[in-house]
Amino acid sequence: MDTRNPMFPVPYYIRRVKKETHDTFTIELEPENDADGFFFAPGQFNMLYVFGVGEVPISISGDPARPKTLWHTTRAVGAVTRAICKLKRGGTLGVRGPFGTPWPLEESLGNDVVIVAGGIGLAPLRPVLYRLISQREKYGNVVLLYGARTPQDLLYTQELEDWRRRFHIEVKITVDSAEKNWSGNVGVVTTLIPKAQFDPQHTVAMICGPEVMIRFTLMELQKNGVKAENIFVSMERNMKCGIGLCGHCQFGPTFVCKDGPVFRYDRMVNIFGKREI
Amino acid sequence: MMAPSSENKEHFVLEREYFQKLLDTLIQRGYRVVGPTVGEGAIVYTKLNSVADLPIGWTDEQDGGAYRLKKRDDQSLFGYVVGPQSWKKFLLPSALRLWQAKRVGKSFQIIPEDEKSQKFAFVGVRSCDMHAIAIQDKIFMNGQYGDSHYKSRRADAFILAVNCGKAGGTCFCVSMNTGPKTTFGFDLAMTEVLEGNRHYFVAETGTELGAEILHTTPHKKANKEEIFYADDVIKKTAGQMGRSMDTTDIKNLLYKNYEHPRWDNVAERCLACANCTLVCPTCFCTTVEDVTDLTGEHAERWRKLDSCFTMDFSYIHGGSVRSSTKARYRQWMTHKIATWIDQFGTSGCVGCGRCITWCPVAIDITEEARAIRESEPNLKRETAEGAEKTTHNHKEGI
Repeated sequence: MDTRNPMFPVPYYIRRVKKETHDTFTIELEPENDADGFFFAPGQFNMLYVFGVGEVPISISGDPARPKTLWHTTRAVGAVTRAICKLKRGGTLGVRGPFGTPWPLEESLGNDVVIVAGGIGLAPLRPVLYRLISQREKYGNVVLLYGARTPQDLLYTQELEDWRRRFHIEVKITVDSAEKNWSGNVGVVTTLIPKAQFDPQHTVAMICGPEVMIRFTLMELQKNGVKAENIFVSMERNMKCGIGLCGHCQFGPTFVCKDGPVFRYDRMVNIFGKREI
Repeated sequence: MMAPSSENKEHFVLEREYFQKLLDTLIQRGYRVVGPTVGEGAIVYTKLNSVADLPIGWTDEQDGGAYRLKKRDDQSLFGYVVGPQSWKKFLLPSALRLWQAKRVGKSFQIIPEDEKSQKFAFVGVRSCDMHAIAIQDKIFMNGQYGDSHYKSRRADAFILAVNCGKAGGTCFCVSMNTGPKTTFGFDLAMTEVLEGNRHYFVAETGTELGAEILHTTPHKKANKEEIFYADDVIKKTAGQMGRSMDTTDIKNLLYKNYEHPRWDNVAERCLACANCTLVCPTCFCTTVEDVTDLTGEHAERWRKLDSCFTMDFSYIHGGSVRSSTKARYRQWMTHKIATWIDQFGTSGCVGCGRCITWCPVAIDITEEARAIRESEPNLKRETAEGAEKTTHNHKEGI
């Protein structure tokens, strides 16, 4: 057992704050004391504490191979996330973590990988993309299907280009609505699934986004032949402790903080999609 | 669960007049002795200094949404069933400061709480509540992390169990296999016997410490007759259960019925007041509150008991996951008697009946479970007509 109390936030310096969109920021953190760095698996999250304001669970959006720097992409939607977005270089943020289950990168070896992201749901999947491009030859086709509200809401636009051009990743983007100068797709992210190149029998799918988007994506992927046991989703619930004790993140028999956030779909068929579980 | 028979375990008799001596010993040994007393119109747990603090000659009458103290026609010390409070009042306090922090330059420093362990002696632990403590142990003592506050309080707690001499109108420990006789976890366990002019306790020791404490007090070996009377008290209690619950395959019953019409029915009655979660001896959900002083230099984190019946409980940006009362009641009851089994290998219900007694509108978990179970054949036919009929029948039944 970790001797450090898991309820004590550890101070991290803010090295950089990058504005991604009008309401979304990526903060780059650096441990104040921990010389070894911060190690995590793609899909895990941290509890981020703003001194005196409060704490929220935020997934890690950086590169697992670069432990000296810790990235979180946050949208300003509540008191704590708004306070996070106001923080400046040189300030401090408390970190507890990493917590939760990872994306199935081992299980995906040798298979095609279909990543479906909605909105800020791309953030917890970015570590997967970093891992995939660092070991690109070990995987088959890699497809990223990404939906956002408008072209202005798209995250990591430069990287999306890089992944497509330099790392042979099939990146398809769609938006719910756009101005006339947008030449890309308009429509929900599920419309991209039939157009993507993957062998459904040998595909691992990873989904993160709003629950309604996850629900339709699950249906469409299965319609296209992807097996339920090869589909993984990341869930979001209220969390206060991150260590399975506060009870807030319950989702049926599971605690999202420790049994998730990444779940294998066939193991939650009974509860997923039912209202208000 | 082991069920030690009275025949092969050594029993002792402690006369009523020596009960004070027992409390004195515990106090002398540095325990904060807590147990039942009459207060706020109920039997509540408080610090005990003497036998006179106990609810001598009092009992409680309980039913759905109803609790009354009543005088007994004898002078028994533990002649009640259970009050609204449970031992989680001490093991899982309703508000606890987890840490303080001070600003240091642009950073901050965490100041851990000085964990001075409180040595509690719990006097009058019922079998259902012993099970409830064991259930919370699984949550806070095991697992990857556990809770250091709970662990230290729990490790030092002395448990003096007193078996129930009567069952309440909302009790169903026999159904849940959690009572009325305490079979594990205690240092000392006693059954109070009032027989003719005699008033005594038949005691069993559960630990060496329990035996040591008992031996500081005048006592003798129990004879067959005294053991018989004590066993008879428990047997009678077991026969008085006011409620019952069929737990056969109850996990799957609930898992199959997330969308049962009964949830709409109970939602029409439930006030989402959270009373059931507060009185439940196993409900463990908490929230944290982060606060600062006016200067902004000093911050604290508090952990407070929370309830899945509040709107905030499941809030994520955009709204609460469980915004309807229906979903919140379903979450509570399904957690209590079904998902708990997958989470911790045990039911989360010990049959103490508190949630029934203290529900202001007398919602009864045993009745809700029964309603779902009895409608099962209809559901299996999967006809809309069958489902409608089920709802209709329930409404008539209220």
